[in-house]
Amino acid sequence: MDIKKTKLNENYDINRRKFLFGGATLASVAVTSALSFKSKAETLSLDIPQHMQTPGTQSAEYGVPSKYEVDVKRKMENFYQSAIFTGGLTPLDKLNGVITPSGLHFSIHHNGIPEISSEKHELLVHGHVDKALKWSVNTLLNYPMVSKIQFLECAGNSAANAVADSPVDGSCTSIHGQVSCSEWTGVPLKYLLDEVGVKPNGKWVMCEGADGGSHVRNVPLQKLYDDAIIALYQNGERVRPDQGYPMRLFLPGYEGNMNVKWIHRMEISDIPSQSKDEQSLYAEYTRDNKLHQFTFHMEVKSIITKPSGQQQLPNKGLYEISGLAWSGRGKIKMVEISVDGGKNWQVAELEGFTMDKSFTRFRIPWQWRGEKSILMSRATDEFGNRQPTRSEWKSKFSDFTINHFNAINAWEISKNGKVSNTYV
Amino acid sequence: MLKSFAVENIKIVTDGGQPISEKELSKWQYTIYPDGRNLPEGEGTALQGKAIYNAQCMACHGESGNNGIGPRLVGKQGYQNNSKNVLMTMSVGAWPHATTIFDYIRRAMPHYAPKSLTDEQVYALTAYILNLNGLIAKDEKLDNVALSKIQMPNESIAINMWEQEVNTQK
Repeated sequence: MDIKKTKLNENYDINRRKFLFGGATLASVAVTSALSFKSKAETLSLDIPQHMQTPGTQSAEYGVPSKYEVDVKRKMENFYQSAIFTGGLTPLDKLNGVITPSGLHFSIHHNGIPEISSEKHELLVHGHVDKALKWSVNTLLNYPMVSKIQFLECAGNSAANAVADSPVDGSCTSIHGQVSCSEWTGVPLKYLLDEVGVKPNGKWVMCEGADGGSHVRNVPLQKLYDDAIIALYQNGERVRPDQGYPMRLFLPGYEGNMNVKWIHRMEISDIPSQSKDEQSLYAEYTRDNKLHQFTFHMEVKSIITKPSGQQQLPNKGLYEISGLAWSGRGKIKMVEISVDGGKNWQVAELEGFTMDKSFTRFRIPWQWRGEKSILMSRATDEFGNRQPTRSEWKSKFSDFTINHFNAINAWEISKNGKVSNTYV
Repeated sequence: MLKSFAVENIKIVTDGGQPISEKELSKWQYTIYPDGRNLPEGEGTALQGKAIYNAQCMACHGESGNNGIGPRLVGKQGYQNNSKNVLMTMSVGAWPHATTIFDYIRRAMPHYAPKSLTDEQVYALTAYILNLNGLIAKDEKLDNVALSKIQMPNESIAINMWEQEVNTQK
């Protein structure tokens, strides 16, 4: 075979045609190629990695990340030293884009994850209705559905920065990891509410999960008619057990705790039942000694994920400051970045579509010249809501209030490139 | 001419829901409302509650209800004993509604064995927690009528922020 030194793809086509139709074996083609391009003694396999010299393996039926990425995982936590009330935080500083992979989505279980069979689970809606009805999972899987990419955040996310007198030495994960973003697909509640026929005095809905502690949050009927869904799919596949299998209530923009996992019963009433979590854990004491209950919206917020706490900038030079912004009330309008502790601000680029109640990724290039810097991000949503400073937030609430901390966050970069959590 | 087929014009009416029988509905009436709705028959006292508490609750909630590793049952809100443990700033004694104590114990406590207590035991434990908070006497009978009348100290400072926001928008 006379192989001319033409462009690589032309060579390949010529060789391939001859191989397929000329009856040449793999071995003879290889030998011929070797003779044409190299001297007799050398083979291609000298000095190249092993994986380039051997056929590879098959993919698994359900794929998993590379073993070299084993450090990218949720950070596990116990609350009240309990083995039942536990959680896993999202490693935001190790991810990119806006989608949190389902296996890394934060999850907190006040009563542990229940083992529920899709075959036996039913969703009941009763109370102030014309007819009390229930649906099997299979029935709901055949109902019309909607999909949206939306964030979910715990009301207590960033609690350490809300209450610690001095900034804790933590990573983006340990301080802010109780927030994630996925595509949630499910049945709009309004179809189910129209089926049961809500009576005029129906205003609040007691939403109960099928976990051991029968977790309850009360949701206004108005929200359920608006954009609430019974979520059956997350990121394309069925919602996983630690996210509520076989179904969860998804309330875009509302406190994570209200997005009842393993939802099985909705009791429509005229008043909220005043569940345990609504008494204190999800209520805020203000500086003027009032107790704010039923504060549902997760307010506008942003976090720089890179560079972020406990990371190390290797050398001076160009870096991309990148992070995430979100608002429980709508779309992000603008994210501003400061590298000098808030003296000067510059508008960052927002990536892709800004979606309603979803993560938006922001990016801005930054030249680090080895000076001490303080990086901050400040988000504004489409309604003009803007992140407050830490002092502004603290001035409204008691010293020990942890919920809904959406103040501007700051990362300090020392002269040797060490990134740490700080207050401004 | 082809008529347009706008999605907005299609009214979706689903009909896959199945009726729930009265018998089944009767098993789901355990949500307690702040006006006492759904409180069952039964009664208990703090004295009776103390024995149950020491056996089943003390390990997490502490001997006096404010010195355990689990959530605090007794006292006002705020930092305790110079400890900056923010989870311990909350207390059941600071809850706006007493009926929630009954509701929550019955559905979720003890944490390791939820729904293992009888209604009378739940009344007794509710009475004990109220007694530890100085809200009823140790031998006072707590039943559905008495419980719906208990006024918690923080009920008057609680604001329904959702309704406030909705009313402001109107």
